Amino acid sequence: MNRVVIALLILLAVLHQDFWYWDRIEPLVFGFIPIGLAYHIGVSMAAGILWAMAVHYCWPKDVDVPDESFTTADAVLPSERARP
Amino acid sequence: MNLSSLNPGQTAVLVIALYMGALITLGLLSQLVLRLTVADYFVASRGLGSTMLLMSLIGTTMTAFALIGSSGEAWESGIVVYGKMASWSGIIHAAMYFLVGMKLWAFGKKYGYVTQIQFFRDRFESDRLGLLLFPILVALLVPYILVGVISSGTALQQVTAGAFPDWFKFDDPKLSGAIPYWLGSLVTCIVVLYYISAGGVRGTAWVNALQTVIFLVLGCAMCWTIADRLGGPVNATRMVLEHNPTRLKRDASPQDMEQYQRKLAQWQSDPKASVIKPREPHPASKVEFTTYLFIPLSVAMFPHLFQYWLTARSAKKFRLSIIGQPLLIMVIWAPCVMIGIWATSAIYNGQPVIPPDLADPNKVLPIIVKKLASPVMGALLAGGIFAAVMSSMDAMFLALGSMFANDIVGHYIGRDRFSDRQLVLIGRLFIVIVVALSYLLGLKLAGTRGVFKLGVWCFSGFASLFPVLFAAIYWRRTTKAGAYASILAAAGTWFWLFRDAGYGASGEHTYWGLTPVTLIFTAATVALLLVSLVTRPPSPATVAKFFGTVHNAH
Repeated sequence: MNRVVIALLILLAVLHQDFWYWDRIEPLVFGFIPIGLAYHIGVSMAAGILWAMAVHYCWPKDVDVPDESFTTADAVLPSERARP
Repeated sequence: MNLSSLNPGQTAVLVIALYMGALITLGLLSQLVLRLTVADYFVASRGLGSTMLLMSLIGTTMTAFALIGSSGEAWESGIVVYGKMASWSGIIHAAMYFLVGMKLWAFGKKYGYVTQIQFFRDRFESDRLGLLLFPILVALLVPYILVGVISSGTALQQVTAGAFPDWFKFDDPKLSGAIPYWLGSLVTCIVVLYYISAGGVRGTAWVNALQTVIFLVLGCAMCWTIADRLGGPVNATRMVLEHNPTRLKRDASPQDMEQYQRKLAQWQSDPKASVIKPREPHPASKVEFTTYLFIPLSVAMFPHLFQYWLTARSAKKFRLSIIGQPLLIMVIWAPCVMIGIWATSAIYNGQPVIPPDLADPNKVLPIIVKKLASPVMGALLAGGIFAAVMSSMDAMFLALGSMFANDIVGHYIGRDRFSDRQLVLIGRLFIVIVVALSYLLGLKLAGTRGVFKLGVWCFSGFASLFPVLFAAIYWRRTTKAGAYASILAAAGTWFWLFRDAGYGASGEHTYWGLTPVTLIFTAATVALLLVSLVTRPPSPATVAKFFGTVHNAH
């Protein structure tokens, strides 16, 4: 599934280049949105769906840092704490 | 006070004053829970949940550029602006949060980073890298802040026209009594400075959540109201089909050019009969359209976005932001682009809504709102524009303060020489200085720079620093020398091209059909790869720290 989601995201980036609607106004979606704009609104919606799939199926395992790994010595780096 | 006795300009002033008062109150409330430590002031003690993170990120990334810039650019060049910026951003912003944001959050939490420069110093084992990166990041943030300064002053001046005719005089009689540009920008800067000073990043996140809701709701309301006044969306688009059809597509055929010339001649011979002055078609370049994909990579390097990423309570809190980003960008951009297109041909009461001689695209949205919305609605919508402007300026101001306090003063003078309270104060003072300089620059550049073009130059610079960031996270062979080479190549190429484009004053520049960001990005990537491959790789300890130890957490 991981690879399917990645492939779909790459496909979406390719489909973003909708040269086939370059010189077209009609059909007007809902009677007022030119097809070139409506297509790209669709690309935005598809991106939302695909990223939801990515979050579900491709969640990286190395980003869930437990709370105890950060102490509230508050953003003072070890190298800076050692300075005179 | 009797609201009906106020003229439209005064109503706008009242609503905007109430709105700014609400922001100051929120800043005061957040001050009650602020602990004056570096981690609380600059990263809200890493405690924000999913919704607040989403709202803050949207509020920060969707600036005046998204409202005023998008509608102005749609008015100038048509629907192409949505594909160039909004749909690309929907795909790529989410990718940046997923691939870069969560990783940096994990490193930040594990090693206590508050700024990007702290991460780069550790990753590239270079103490001096901060001295190179700091001025570059500040210099790139200044044009972005200028976008806010210019937009807020312009919008306030347009929507408050007629408010105080005895106080404020203008050469242009249509602006008589308006809050002047210099005062509108000044008030905006002061209000933002106040609430970030009061509440730090937590106060900013609260205010941004409110502002994001406001400009999302008002953006849609604005589109609906304007369409309604133009006889409905179908009629509004019909007027564009009649007068400026090329704004509804991306190409312009010889027939389109011929039709434009004919209509222009008609308008010139009898402007009253033709009503709408046709706008010159601008066919879009397919290569340029594709290369706009580089622009949204800039979000990965925004210092203010890095700061917000660090505020997340856990990596899982990114989920809503990743999914919501493309959808909310669509909700904000689509209505603004439609408004910009309708503005090219809008006729109301037999008159063109946008004056035929208008040259400044930044004024399109304020003018159409002022002319077509009721005074209260117009004022509320102006509040929405301010919400978008301020919700980005605040994060940028805060990032500037954080970088100066932590990366320069704390690091080079000595973190232990200052209390947290002193460091926060130093950060605040630096913010005031940079904002004052940006404000003065904004006064000088008023009316000479389009918000869209200035924004694109700024994004191009940040996007060109993306290769070094991505390689730092995913390519263990990236070396210190490679990082320096990439940053210098990006900065040098960016400055050379920016100067060639008259510092953002001239029109959209392309080189061999390519956007400037393509060339800058390529130069930065080539320098990074070549120099990294021929120089000494990072130490095993550093490789283990960034490519091994984080895995232990799971």
